[in-house]
Amino acid sequence: MDETLKNELSKQGILTTTLQELYNWGRTNSIWPLNFGLACCAIEMIATTMARYDLARFGAEVFRPSPRQADLMIVAGTVTKKMAPQVVRLYNQMPEPKYVISMGACAISGGPFKQGYNVLKGIDRYIPVDLYIPGCPPRPEALIDAFMELQKKIDAQQLTGENRPRHLNAGQPSEFPVPRFGEHDLEPARNPAIWKPPLVQIAQTGTDESGSH
Amino acid sequence: MNLEAIKSEIEANVPGCRLQMVANPSPSGQHSLLLDAGHAVAVALYLRDAADLRFDFCSNVTGIDWPGKEGSQKIKVRKLVDGLEQEVEEVRTTTIPGYLEVVYHLYSVEKKHGPLVLRMRTEDRHAGTHLPSLTPVWRSAELQEREVFDLFGVFFDGHPDLRRLLMWPGFVDHPMLKDYIDPDDYEYEPTAHDAVLRRVNRHRSEAGDR
Repeated sequence: MDETLKNELSKQGILTTTLQELYNWGRTNSIWPLNFGLACCAIEMIATTMARYDLARFGAEVFRPSPRQADLMIVAGTVTKKMAPQVVRLYNQMPEPKYVISMGACAISGGPFKQGYNVLKGIDRYIPVDLYIPGCPPRPEALIDAFMELQKKIDAQQLTGENRPRHLNAGQPSEFPVPRFGEHDLEPARNPAIWKPPLVQIAQTGTDESGSH
Repeated sequence: MNLEAIKSEIEANVPGCRLQMVANPSPSGQHSLLLDAGHAVAVALYLRDAADLRFDFCSNVTGIDWPGKEGSQKIKVRKLVDGLEQEVEEVRTTTIPGYLEVVYHLYSVEKKHGPLVLRMRTEDRHAGTHLPSLTPVWRSAELQEREVFDLFGVFFDGHPDLRRLLMWPGFVDHPMLKDYIDPDDYEYEPTAHDAVLRRVNRHRSEAGDR
């Protein structure tokens, strides 16, 4: 519909809309997050929902304790390798449309525990992440900002066409393989279909090729 | 309480036990007692129950991995050289075998003294890593002994529930051992340096994506 005609009509007291706008408007303003925290980032997430920061202003105050009723998974904290299969399984159990916010350094990359033996180097190795919030932990304002970004993202989604979201595209998967506990590591160590290592150039100065690890 | 006094008191009351002082050269001077595995439970029971000691609280259990060391020594040996007895220097290499060590910190809530530091050592680092569990004496050691078992591979005989604590049951390694090799997931290291940089480069050359 023509935007100027729409404005003209609304001045005359006639509201017009499209199915897509209505659909996205409804989804944008009632994102129900999964009631699920892994580490200290969860404390900030809890603070965000309480009176001072008040996530309820964005229609997201209803934290659901069941993945079946949730739209959004906030991966708030360190994902240990022992916990990672459960996180993927919870994500698989959420109905579409579903979104993931990777909150804090640990959920993004493993953070300070990246070189440790028991911490996953980023949850995006197994499930698709919509938004990353850097910080250790991020402040509640940062989570609210991510929330608003997610709302913008949902609002801009098309119901039809090539760029329609995953939940309207039958060809795209909504479940992802749950890693198994192996003898030395999780198997597989990543899902190559959704995660490819970012291309970074590493400075070669001071390289010691001969040394052992 | 003086550690020497405690040591001689234990030796007088637990027959056959072999104790050894392990001196701590740092300013804290927190010396410790090395127990032999055979009498460890008897010594622990004495420390807990003796009226003047009453170490009723085990606050901390931890493990240490001491890898084997190779040392060389120069030794003067008398030898026959060209028909004459002479003093000749010889270099001998000695291998000091490695071992795992478990450290217990004890306090007495009743007598308000402590800490008393106990140590136990295994025979080897990978085989023969059995030690007696002190969980029957101090219940608070249970989870911490499980953690030492998980991360170092020390088997505590007599532990009521010896399972892995942090890693999953099918895991075979013991990650806190010095020779633990972590899995090769070095695809993405934005700020690699030193050992991590070597690992990244090796990963990339092996994967052939450089």
